[in-house]
Amino acid sequence: MTEAVLEVRDLEVFYGNAQAIDGISFALQKGELLSLIGSNGAGKSTLFKSICGMVQPRSGSIYFKGQDLRGLAPARITELGVAMVPEGRRLFRSLSVEENLILGGYVRRPGPWTLEKVYEVFPILKERRAYPATSLSGGQQQMVAIGRALMSNPDLLLLDELSLGLAPVIIKDIYALLPKILGEGLSTILVEQDVTRAMSVSDHFVCMLEGKISLNGQSDAFTHDQISAAYFGT
Amino acid sequence: MEWINVIVQGVLIGGLYALFAAGLSLIFGVMRLVNIAHGDFIVGAAYVAFATISVTGLHPLLSLLIVVPVMAAIGYAIQLGLLNRVLGNDILPPLIVTFGLSIILQNLLLTVFSADSRKLDAGALEVGSMPVLPGVDVGYMPLLTFVAAVAIIAGLQYLFYNTSLGRAFRATSDDGEIAQIMGLDNRKVFAWAMALSMAVVAVAGVFLAIRANFDPFMGPSRLIFGFEAVIIGGLGNLWGTLAGGIILGVAQGLGAQIDPGWQLLAGHIAFLAILAVKPRGLFPRVD
Repeated sequence: MTEAVLEVRDLEVFYGNAQAIDGISFALQKGELLSLIGSNGAGKSTLFKSICGMVQPRSGSIYFKGQDLRGLAPARITELGVAMVPEGRRLFRSLSVEENLILGGYVRRPGPWTLEKVYEVFPILKERRAYPATSLSGGQQQMVAIGRALMSNPDLLLLDELSLGLAPVIIKDIYALLPKILGEGLSTILVEQDVTRAMSVSDHFVCMLEGKISLNGQSDAFTHDQISAAYFGT
Repeated sequence: MEWINVIVQGVLIGGLYALFAAGLSLIFGVMRLVNIAHGDFIVGAAYVAFATISVTGLHPLLSLLIVVPVMAAIGYAIQLGLLNRVLGNDILPPLIVTFGLSIILQNLLLTVFSADSRKLDAGALEVGSMPVLPGVDVGYMPLLTFVAAVAIIAGLQYLFYNTSLGRAFRATSDDGEIAQIMGLDNRKVFAWAMALSMAVVAVAGVFLAIRANFDPFMGPSRLIFGFEAVIIGGLGNLWGTLAGGIILGVAQGLGAQIDPGWQLLAGHIAFLAILAVKPRGLFPRVD
């Protein structure tokens, strides 16, 4: 297990008295793509927020490259090499496309991703570099959000609801670019509503239900019915 | 000609009001903090200048070399040590804390400097003037104040839109949570914003103290002028704040021309009239 980039152990997260995550454990190996599936309110976004340090867990631990992230400030966790594409993109609306990307590289971690590299993968962003980020179309905004996360040259990339609110053809384009984006060595957790798509792109998956893991394993090892049962809790 | 003179003088005093307002606008823009103690900080800066000049004998304008960094450092420390602890989703706690700061500051100034009113002496600059039109003379000091206000607002505007610190200010203001996961430390960003605001406060305080007598209790009325200039101009728009200051200055001047007792009232009426017609101010930032 020493190769694990991320190891979550017995994690419990509460919002006040409401328990959002109820003792989950899993590990993510280097270079692996893990799909995190589950219905709304299952605790997927809360898990992401816990990893990023935006929410403090009540108990359990989150080891990233062997270091416990609990209690660290979000900025420190980003410096260590975690980046997130948040649900709903959450671009900085008073910043231009380019400024959003530059800010993504604020921690100046060394690595392959630079402004030029992002523009190479998403040429449309270079054309729109001076536009306010939120004036772009939904798909282009998602590209900015992905580029912004990559600019920090992370070792772990958290992708939250990439396809939310996007047209199917745009979603297809973005997923087509995914292998190019992830390259080699980048470990990724993907939250995706479209379970079939999530399963087809990932190596392993974790299905969450009411804060617990209801099923996990290799993405191609289970039948549709088994996954459906874990997803809906039937 | 008399009316033109009133308007010209009003525009120039508007520069001082814009200086009062710029720091207020800046921290509201970055951290949604309404600083009730802002006026008292301006008066505090005037006293810091007064003390500096008493010790060193510097000209008031040169004393800025000391007062500006001192006030900026105080701002940085207050933000890190106090205000960051109360900032959150609820806007009430920071409001109450700055209200408390206002009272503490007034009494501190009273204890240290007594209730005597003071003034900074800028020498020949204060009385000198130049004619611009027949019957319209512009004093060097009001002109310098106005030029300083325009320069400071231009500088802040540049800083906000062309530097990495400005980018950090805007990003944190847009979405503080996401700014943090970009690696920004919001507490430090806020501390820099407060330091910058207090640097502007220092300039405002010194120009105020050269222009008029000051005492420990005149802060809140300066705060009102600052608020009015910010609201008239539209929240979050620095050039709008300058325009707001000018409108306030001109309205006061016109009021005083009609009847000396109407000076302040005219300013407040202009403020209320603009608020009634354009509740978001004349030039609100487009979101």
